[in-house]
This record gives sequence, structure tokens and C-alpha cells, in this order.
Amino acid sequence: MQEMMKKKAIELLQSGEVARVLGWKKGEFDYDITPAVFESAEEIENEFIYNSLCSPNLSKYLVKESRKEGKTLIFLKPCDSYSLSQLITEHRVIRENVYAVGIECYGKTDADTIKEKGIKGITKITENDGVLNIETLYGTEKIPVYEVLRERCVNCKSKKHPVYDELIGEEGETVDDCERFDEVAKIEAMTPEERFAFFRNELSRCIRCNACRNVCPACTCEKCVFDNDASGIAQKAASDSFEENMFHIIRAFHVAGRCTDCGECSRVCPQNIPLHLLNRKFIKDINELYGNYQAGENIGNRSPLTDYTQSDAEPNIVYERGGKDNA
Amino acid sequence: MLKIKLSKLPILFDALSDKNKLYIPADTKGGARFLQYENGMTMTKELNTVRSPKDLFFPQTENLMDFKLEGKKIEVIDTREECEDFVIFGVRACDVRSFEVLDRVFLSEPIDTYYKNRREHGVIVSLACNRPEETCFCSTFDIDCANPEGDVASYICGDEMYFEPLTEKGSELLLNLSCLSEGSEAPVYECKRNIYEIKSKLPLSTLSAEKFGKNMTEYFNSDKWDELSEACLGCGTCTFVCPTCQCYDIKDFDTGNGIKRFRCWDSCMYSDFTKMAHGNPRVSQKERFRQRFMHKLVYYPMNNDGLFSCVGCGRCLSKCPISMNIVKVMKKLGEGKDE
Repeated sequence: MQEMMKKKAIELLQSGEVARVLGWKKGEFDYDITPAVFESAEEIENEFIYNSLCSPNLSKYLVKESRKEGKTLIFLKPCDSYSLSQLITEHRVIRENVYAVGIECYGKTDADTIKEKGIKGITKITENDGVLNIETLYGTEKIPVYEVLRERCVNCKSKKHPVYDELIGEEGETVDDCERFDEVAKIEAMTPEERFAFFRNELSRCIRCNACRNVCPACTCEKCVFDNDASGIAQKAASDSFEENMFHIIRAFHVAGRCTDCGECSRVCPQNIPLHLLNRKFIKDINELYGNYQAGENIGNRSPLTDYTQSDAEPNIVYERGGKDNA
Repeated sequence: MLKIKLSKLPILFDALSDKNKLYIPADTKGGARFLQYENGMTMTKELNTVRSPKDLFFPQTENLMDFKLEGKKIEVIDTREECEDFVIFGVRACDVRSFEVLDRVFLSEPIDTYYKNRREHGVIVSLACNRPEETCFCSTFDIDCANPEGDVASYICGDEMYFEPLTEKGSELLLNLSCLSEGSEAPVYECKRNIYEIKSKLPLSTLSAEKFGKNMTEYFNSDKWDELSEACLGCGTCTFVCPTCQCYDIKDFDTGNGIKRFRCWDSCMYSDFTKMAHGNPRVSQKERFRQRFMHKLVYYPMNNDGLFSCVGCGRCLSKCPISMNIVKVMKKLGEGKDE
């Protein structure tokens, strides 16, 4: 796969079809992969990498890169392709300046997930037939990729690319038996007090580093209200213990109907807060109240929250859905 | 040398926490963290905490003072909390060095009395690193994880833990702890020997900082910053998990009938960092990114007798969402430079 991608990138760079390539770059160790812009065949040859550890979603970088002279080639895993499609719908990425190559994906892992299995001191990771051979300072471990997939990959929603110019590998389908809402359903089944305590506990760990917001492909405001001194609500610190919680709730509202559930927010959180659960709750609600809707599935789709049909849920649905007891 | 069986550690923790507030590194859902000890809590098996122990001297947010308005009168109220003696147990050698880095900032004139107050009340029990990880590079900054500094150094050897007081404060802490018994030094030597063996195999063991702490203009103007910073998200993760990052912002919070003046950590990665009336002096992410590494590798050592403000703890290596970090910066910037 990696070799085919490198060949494609070099071919398009050399023919002048694209001016640059957005891909993943090797790090110090085999897992610390960085998103990178490659501009020459030499850079691609020496530094380009693609394997089961290429977790970062590159699509948001196109907000900047697609405004540069010439086309940018981007490699997209299926979930990244949903993000790009949504960004094009929102006019945040200039489609004409993008050459999108869809790549097949069987799920990704990363250092955090591997280290959670107690594998520490990693010095080398090689992959063969879906099995990771991990050399560490304290011995060698073999572990199949499927045992260390990130949650978003275990509950993969789709292996299809809503937007691409060409594909490397086989195009997949949406995953109909995806169980991504099971965790949300469990939280819905809690009493309001339990639910409140659950989120308070999770969100209380927030250090307000803004990584979730900054990585989020749905968060592309030129200036976030929380960074704007003049807004009166910009704070680098919580003025009370509920403020962090509100930050995440407001952010989830802001991306509701636009979040494609790419899972980057939870991937980057240095405090392991399952932020995707908030977004998934919104997606599940939208599905239930307005009919199934997947943001990013088609370019130009209107989200049910920015559209109107006669069959839309009425506001009093809140009472039927269990809000009454708390009113 | 004093010792205790690891299985008896709770007895030691209970004894220490009877006299002082005790903080130990314990597991949470967000990774290991220094938490105030309560009976039953156990020490993490993780090498280090996600958030550094700087939190205990320099908390993320801190109330400085209140202003109360009555007519035209403004009353200033000192809101600082009285600090009791406390013990931080299990601090790694890299983090112990970070206190020296912070001291040079907060304890030089004008002295930061909020920081000083906590620092004077804190006793540090350090812990040698039996199993360093690939992200460790403390030796780059002449830190020895087999010989941690602090008030008391401790070592885990087999099923026992050994303690060696290094300062007066440390000796005092270990006085009259009946759960400790005398132990020989041999197991500690053996423990150190093992650590040195692993240290020599660490992938970053050859990383040198010799090229830094000088040549300011040259590094500042390097054309490598573009490439290094291109993927940076501008989040504050690296600065907030860093044991030596010490920048803060002071803000006023309007309570409706007065003002609460507080300070909170700031990050040079943020768009409004050091923002003044004319705007932010560093308008691009590249400039903000450069600031962080220039500060750690060049400005700080130039102003502090060559002491670097990185301790090689590796937190930014494991936590950066896009895996860009100080090691990559040092290697790239140092390319082709003579030592």
C-alpha cells in the first residue's frame, strides 16, 4: 500500500498535476507519525510513511493548503474523506485545488492504545500481515492490529469514500452493523444524576489545552469565540469548576449536524476524555428525530438542523423524551 | 540507608500523611497523576505522571487577590491560602530538576511569594527510574535517573524500597518512622547498575544539547522552522504537560460586586499569548512554535548559566497530537552544526 501511494505521489508531483502532497511523515520511533506537506520526490522517497499507525486525519490541513498555488494531493482514509466532504460542503476547502486519493483502511492504532496494553519502551514497530512486531527495551511483543484498534475503528461506520478523484485499494461499504451508538445508549439509560456525575467526572480532567478543538475538522472558525478577548467569554482558565464542562458542551452543540464522527477529539485528548460521546449523542438524536443523517456523506447535503421539513420534530419532543421528570 | 518492604508501603504512606499532606503518583482514567493520598490509595506502576508535579507549586489557576468596591473605596483582600507542609512522593529525577528551572524564574527578584510559599513547605521524595522508556532523554541535560536529587532519594530494589536522605528537610522527614528499618547499600548499587545498563540502550541516549544555549540569531532565523511547525495545531498540550513551562496570564473576573484577580497557565502556542494593545507580537503559528523551543533551548540557558529549560521527561513526545516535539526540533535544527 505504502509503495503504491509513494509511486502515485511522485508521479503526480513530477507530472506537475499537483504542487504538493499531504501525507504522513516518519518520526523518531515508528509510531510518532506527523502530518506533513511533501514537495519533492526525494522527500516522499525518504520520509513518507503509511501503515496502521497513521491515525491523524489530514483533511483539516486542506483549509490552508487548498488556498495555495496549485493542487494539493491528499491521501484520505474513508473517515477522513467524510471530513473533507463536509469541509467542501461548508466552503472551507476549495475543491478544485484538491486531488483526493482515497485509500482503503482496515483500522488504525497508535502508541497510546499499544501502551495501554502495558507495552512500554517501544524502540521499533514493524507490521506483517496485520500483526505488529513490537521491539521494546524489555523484550519483543507480537500483537495483531485488530487487538489494538482505536475505539473509532472498532466501531467503524464506513469503509467508503464520499469524495475522491481516484482510489488505491478497494472501495468499501458503509458498515450497517456498526455499534457506535451502544455506549451512548448506555449513558442514556442512566438516571439524570448518574449521567451528570458521569460527564462531570470525565470532563473534570480537562486541562483546556484546546487540542480537541484545534484538531476538529468541524472547528474551522477563523477566530474561535473562546480565543477572542473582545467576546467577554474568552478564558484561559475556568472561573468555576463547571466552566470546562460548558466549553465541551457548547463545542458539541456548535458542531452538531456537521460532526462526521471522525473521532479525532478523543484521539488527541491528553487526558483520555471520551469527547466523541457528546458528539455521538447529537448524531443519535438527529437520526432518531429527523431520520438517519450522516454528515459528510454527500457533498452539498443540508444538515437537518439547518433545514426544514414538515416532518421535523416539534420542540415539545423534549417532554416525551424524559425531560419531564426534570422540568 | 533506610528500607521498607513494598507490601508495607501503605503503612509508610499512612504515617507520612498523618503528619503532612502527602501526594503520590496514582492511576486515574486520564493516566497517572499526583493525588493527595488517602488511605487505600496505591502508587502507580507507570513510569511518570501525565501532568507534571509542577502543579503542586504552580497550579493551573490560582486566586491572587480580591478587590471589593464600596462607593469610591476599593478594598484589596489577600486571598492566598495558608500552605501547610506537604510531601511529594515518587518524583522522577527529570521532574526534580524542573523545580530548579522554575526556581530560577519565580525565586529571583521580584520573588513570586505565592510560589515561594509552596516551595518552602514542600518536601520532595524522589524515585530512581528502574524502567526508563524510549521517550526519555534526561541524560541529554545531565540528569541521572539512577541518582535522583530532592530531599530524599528512593530506590525500588526487588520487593523493597530504600530511602536516602539528601537534605536536612529529608532527614527530618525520615526521623521516627518506625516502619523503616536499616538496610545495606548493596541492593541500591545493584539497582543503579541495572538502570545504567538500560540507559545506555535508550534510543535517545546519544542526543546532545551541546549545540544549543548559544547562536541565538542563527537559530532564530533558521529556515527549518517552517517545516517543523507546519503540522502544529496550536494547542497547548505540550506546554501544559511540560514540567518547566512557566508562562502565565493574569486576569480579572468580575463577580458582580467586586473583582477576583487570578492567574492561570498560558501557552506560547495560543493566538493571544502576550497580546498587548497593538496585538500579538507573534502573528503566525510558526513564530509561536519557534518561541517555545527557542525559550527552552536558547533564551533560558543564555540567561541562566547554561541550564536548559527542558529536562527530557518525554511528556511532549508522548502527548503531542501530531507527534512534533523538542527532540525532532533539536535534531533538525542541529543538522550540520558543529558542537
